[in-house]
Amino acid sequence: MDNNSSKENILVRIKKSIYTGSINPKDENDRIRLAIKSFILHLHPRMINESTIKFNHTFGLGGMAVLLFVIQIFTGILLRFVYEPFPGRAFDSILYLQNEVLFGQLIRNIHHWSGILLILITFLHLLRTYFTGAFHPPRQFNWVLGLFLLILVVFSNFTGYLLPWDQLAYWAITVSTNMLEYIPLIGSSLRELVLGGSEVGNSTLLLFYNFHTGIFPILIIIVMSFHFWRVRKAGGVVIPEGNNSETKMVTTIPHLVAKEFVAALVLISLILLLALFFDAPLLDKANPNFSPNPSKAPWYFMGIQEMILHFHPLVGAIIIPLILMLFLFLIPYLKYDTDKSGIWFYSDRGISTAKISAITASAITIAGIILNEYVLDLSTLPGNIPPLISNGLVPLLILLGILYGFYKIIRNKYSADKNEAVQALFVFILVSFIILTLTGIIFRGPGMALGF
Amino acid sequence: MSGKKKKVEYKKAKETVKEQKPKLSRHDFIKKTWKLLGIIAGVEVAALTINVLSPRKNDSSINKILDAGQVKDFPNNSVTPFRQGQFYLVRRNDGGFLAVSLKCTHLGCSIAWNESENQFVCPCHSSTFDINGEVLKSPAPRALDIYEISIDNGLIHVQLDKRNRRSSFTKSDITYV
Repeated sequence: MDNNSSKENILVRIKKSIYTGSINPKDENDRIRLAIKSFILHLHPRMINESTIKFNHTFGLGGMAVLLFVIQIFTGILLRFVYEPFPGRAFDSILYLQNEVLFGQLIRNIHHWSGILLILITFLHLLRTYFTGAFHPPRQFNWVLGLFLLILVVFSNFTGYLLPWDQLAYWAITVSTNMLEYIPLIGSSLRELVLGGSEVGNSTLLLFYNFHTGIFPILIIIVMSFHFWRVRKAGGVVIPEGNNSETKMVTTIPHLVAKEFVAALVLISLILLLALFFDAPLLDKANPNFSPNPSKAPWYFMGIQEMILHFHPLVGAIIIPLILMLFLFLIPYLKYDTDKSGIWFYSDRGISTAKISAITASAITIAGIILNEYVLDLSTLPGNIPPLISNGLVPLLILLGILYGFYKIIRNKYSADKNEAVQALFVFILVSFIILTLTGIIFRGPGMALGF
Repeated sequence: MSGKKKKVEYKKAKETVKEQKPKLSRHDFIKKTWKLLGIIAGVEVAALTINVLSPRKNDSSINKILDAGQVKDFPNNSVTPFRQGQFYLVRRNDGGFLAVSLKCTHLGCSIAWNESENQFVCPCHSSTFDINGEVLKSPAPRALDIYEISIDNGLIHVQLDKRNRRSSFTKSDITYV
């Protein structure tokens, strides 16, 4: 014990024991020391490449996802004090929350909107990572970790969707889980395992509640920590092309932290605005005997639900999504011509081929939806062809043929290298998926008929 | 020169050691044992998890045979919903009975009976079924499930624990008095 500390009162000494850094940094060295000694700021390095903190380089999407996750944890803990995970009580506990608890409706709204934004922003984060080529070595495995996080976020949202136990929740989960039935051999038992029984009921609610409030958050924290660690090991986020030689390092405080603070404030105010003006939906209490018309899956699965309107369910709900997931997981491990990263859309030709791809995909997808709806239904073709072939495997082969042909055209006609051609393929699939999802959300009315 | 000789000797010595080495060294044995134990532990944890998560056994307290009423109460060509039993009791024109499940075979939504068009309609993806539960319009892939019916002394019993999948409607699905 030195003389100085003995003179200070106990409160100052306690404060100093917790907070070992300089509280009001006076110069650059102080700030560096603060970044090292503060627990939360320790997530950042003390110095950072100036070119990586330009907002439109990463748009701060990863950081926003973390903030949204933290908001979900806090609002989720509050909701847990009121919510009761039993079919007889769940809906009433939501009503009680909204009508009796101070700011109960607001807390639920924040949780609702943050959940939606979390999926959107995680997805945009994936797109940013892809289009800046930040999946090449040494970031290959971190891309895979990111995909796991996206899956965890989607399933967190999905398990939360059931909890209000209203008609929207009940039928969305019924419709979505029934898609599993179409997996050959194990489909029925897999569905029963997911539901904890043959129908959505007691066990389903308990199971979903446990995954939503326990298992998925813990898994997200674990995988997220791993994700961050890999970012640090890769030397931070990807560095913009052309800035490699003239790297100018700046201190994390205030250069990065100030920007993060602004982004966080803007995002929080956006969520508050949404939560103030738009309530989270709550329909009537779940009624297993009566399906509302239309009954839709949660919005992020509408792309899949739209596909099963056009393909046999085994192809539309199982095979195509599995192929897409496989494609996403393999992206960093494909053979490319270069490992160039840090430049949006890879090159000038990358931009033009991506545009061509987006236009082609829009045209083909929209034409396909309309043709299949009004003109040609493959399942009603003459001749006794089983629907799995006529409406499943045949269109699947046509689809794969279109993708392959498109890849070849981009490769040969536009003399694109492999990076650009794979990117064009990625854009093609992405645009089709977005159009299918939007069609399902916006243009499907009663009886799932197209309406404008 | 001597260096080269030494090298050759060393090589020979190495080879003899290699030959003398037993097929499974103690080190390898322990390593493999650990791996085996790890696999066994993994299987145990997986089995336990699946067991805890697996659906509960059916509650035996629920009545499995539903007393639907007297035959004479159901006129020919009528469809009566039994919501708590999750089926429609159908009486055909020829007087035969069918207990048709409420669940659409496409994605499990509850179908509704449309009196004027004489068909079942699913609100989710507008599949339609005729009075026998046969598919009239896809995407439903197969006919509606049916429950087994028994009739004695003019009283109709529907066996809720016996729900049968069928690909299409056949005459044998009908129960006559």
